[in-house]
Amino acid sequence: MSLAKIPPPEELMKIGYKPPATAWMETPVDFRPGTWSYAAAAKNLAALDMPNPRAWQPGDADWKLPENWKRIILDGMKERLEKYRSFRLFMDICVRCGACADKCHFYIGSGDPKNMPVLRAELIRSVYRRYFTASGRCFGKLAGARDLTEDVLKEWFYYFYQCTECRRCSVFCPYGIDQAEITMIGRELLNLVGCNINWVLEPAANCLRTGNHLGILPGGMKDMLEFLADDIEDRTGVRVEVPINKKGADILFVTPSADYFADPGTYTCMGYLMLFHEIGLNYTFSTYASEGGNFGLFTSHEMIKRLNAKIYAEARRLGVKWILGGECGHMWRVIHQYMDTMNGPADFLEEPVSPITGTRFENARSTRMVHIAEFTADLIKNGKLKLEPSRNDHIRLTFHDSCNPARAMGLFEEPRYIIQKSCNHFYEMAEDTIREKTFCCGAGAGLGNDENMEMRMRGGMPRAMAVRDVVQKHGVNRLGCICAIDRATLTTLMDYWTPGVAVMGVHELLGNALVMKGEKERTTDLRGEEIGG
Amino acid sequence: MNLLLSVIAVFVIALLLAAAAASSAAAYILTVIMPYVVFILFTGGFVYRIVKWAKAPVPFRIPTTCGQEKSLPWIQNNPVENPAGTWGIIGRMAGEVFLFRSLFRNSQTEILDGRPVYGSAKWLWFFGLMFHVSLLIVGLRHLRFFTEPVLPAVTGLSALDGFFEIGVPALYISDMTLLAGLAFLFLRRAILTRVRYISLFTDYFALILIAAVAATGLLMRHFFPVDLNAVKTLAMGWVTFAPVAPAEANVLFYLHLCFVFVLVAWLPWSKLMHMAGIFMSPTRNLINNNRSQRHLNPWNAPVKVHSYEEYEDEFRDKMKAAGLPVEKE
Repeated sequence: MSLAKIPPPEELMKIGYKPPATAWMETPVDFRPGTWSYAAAAKNLAALDMPNPRAWQPGDADWKLPENWKRIILDGMKERLEKYRSFRLFMDICVRCGACADKCHFYIGSGDPKNMPVLRAELIRSVYRRYFTASGRCFGKLAGARDLTEDVLKEWFYYFYQCTECRRCSVFCPYGIDQAEITMIGRELLNLVGCNINWVLEPAANCLRTGNHLGILPGGMKDMLEFLADDIEDRTGVRVEVPINKKGADILFVTPSADYFADPGTYTCMGYLMLFHEIGLNYTFSTYASEGGNFGLFTSHEMIKRLNAKIYAEARRLGVKWILGGECGHMWRVIHQYMDTMNGPADFLEEPVSPITGTRFENARSTRMVHIAEFTADLIKNGKLKLEPSRNDHIRLTFHDSCNPARAMGLFEEPRYIIQKSCNHFYEMAEDTIREKTFCCGAGAGLGNDENMEMRMRGGMPRAMAVRDVVQKHGVNRLGCICAIDRATLTTLMDYWTPGVAVMGVHELLGNALVMKGEKERTTDLRGEEIGG
Repeated sequence: MNLLLSVIAVFVIALLLAAAAASSAAAYILTVIMPYVVFILFTGGFVYRIVKWAKAPVPFRIPTTCGQEKSLPWIQNNPVENPAGTWGIIGRMAGEVFLFRSLFRNSQTEILDGRPVYGSAKWLWFFGLMFHVSLLIVGLRHLRFFTEPVLPAVTGLSALDGFFEIGVPALYISDMTLLAGLAFLFLRRAILTRVRYISLFTDYFALILIAAVAATGLLMRHFFPVDLNAVKTLAMGWVTFAPVAPAEANVLFYLHLCFVFVLVAWLPWSKLMHMAGIFMSPTRNLINNNRSQRHLNPWNAPVKVHSYEEYEDEFRDKMKAAGLPVEKE
């Protein structure tokens, strides 16, 4: 679905927050085109050894569920209630105070009450009560319980794929109930009966086989990186090398494949290449671990682990000292909160020390993987980079905190420090829309596909409107971020809500400002656009 | 509908009690047997729920970070909103439990002039906190019935609570704030369409039940005095395991008692367990030291991975053609 097919922004902005006349349990899902994602292709399920591969679509009446689907779901719930304290607790302690309700970007943008995190959770809680609590078994609806039916399952599918696992609700919940956790478990349960979306499983299947979401083969990756090196030479006159699968490198560099595959991520990737060249870093890319992102996070805990395992395995094979990670959102949730637990201990690596500054990254001493914003901020702080911020004078920048580095890590100051040293015009968006309260791009967690475009534009509206504010106040024309999904999806979002704002990674900004040894006089930025005010 | 049902439910409890109050056998059950039944249901249920939660492991360390992480030494870490150590976590939990920190962030989203606006909305926090603190003080004041002599702290608290000395007996501030908090929470739930839409029977029932407890208590204190000595004798009888049913029946007191018993017995089986749950919430009670301290998952098991060898076997020719090094020629 292209942008042309969805209503214009003025129409989409007419959001009614009045709930329907019927109670939510009696209000069936309307699979309206533009608000859901296509089903996963059978070949992708098969490639990932996932159950019930078949041809179907969410719009069909018959979802071709396995005969005993109900048993499978309930057994799956029982297993997860016993394995995750988060899940069990979050099923029990919600008081329905509603503090989370208008914190969700999908609710703000759609007005659909089932997009309030509290109701999204009740979709599954009601089933939990019915089958796993005495009060639900005895009192049924009075205790907020309901039977598990095909309609309920369809409702789960619709709304768990209308949640981007951004965790904003959990910031506001007085008990820290995290809808991302509930959505993750909900999607795991749906996976058990083969109800999943292609935009998640195709990247996951590609990643398992080829090492990256986009299915780029080894030669292709090399070509793309060399192409970026050509572009760098064109802009700067400096030829940078692109080490791939190099044994004996000090550092393995892992970044989302989108960074070397498509604009505007490629400009960020050029920034990395220039930086590494300039400081003389002995590093390598890998084709086997050629993906930082991890669509397992949107599939199941098992899939996170299967896909993430490559990074440590490759670091071990190549014999590097430690790992450096590029700008990506959910990638960093996985690396920060899951990798060491799942695939560690990384005792074959060394505690990360910057070879340039000698700084020991204490905060990464066990996982042994450092975020590039941490790495670069340290370089700048120690005066190792020569930066000319005026080369970014044509850019009036604002910064979007990506959900996962914000709320699952707390990476706020590092990117801002790099920004402040790399440009002269930086403006923050409204306080309620940045840092831990940042708004999602509306297309994370596998929802950034074209068929889901209306819901993306709705979910991204709060972010876009906050950008529009600084456009009007400060003439902002560029949106910075540290996430590959953001770079891909915010561009569309800006085009729809506030045209004229381009999206860039922080290391693109740095690349523009970076003064390289032996460079020619720069007349354009990395995009080939003229620099200067 | 849910609201109506919960009002009816509380009335039914009252009527049942009123009907039973006439018989001395029922009075005996209420004042001699029920206290122990309720106590067992409460402690048993409470322990059961906690154990059930505790038995489920915390496979991953998933704090929600609401401030700057501890990373480079020259970057100021937010030690409470993004705890890097034990003291930080104590601070964060204390903030949540005593001050409702997260609720304090509450805002209200409205669409104004074609864009969303996030207004301040501290009322829920204010009345919520007021309600909970009042409830705590009221509960503590009642300890005077359960110890002889009365603990000085309890006497002091009561004196402070009745500081303004309005009326005889003195009006307690906490009683008033409790009612105000209850009224706010109830009206908010009943009037705001969005909150009403998500409310279940139990949400109203909890509020109305607590209101019934408070109302009967206040009526006894200010309008239809009961024999406090008899109440104290009864309560001391419970704690010394020598309960004696009071000689004279007092319907109001029995009603109060009955509502309290329903509340206390039901508590562990209801959402009111959030009072204990908050302490165990993994997004709040974990230190964000994920990359410096490995967290262990007790059920971590091997999964099927796609090894480098399998990868190279499939793509060896392509890798060689691209001039990339391979393990096996």
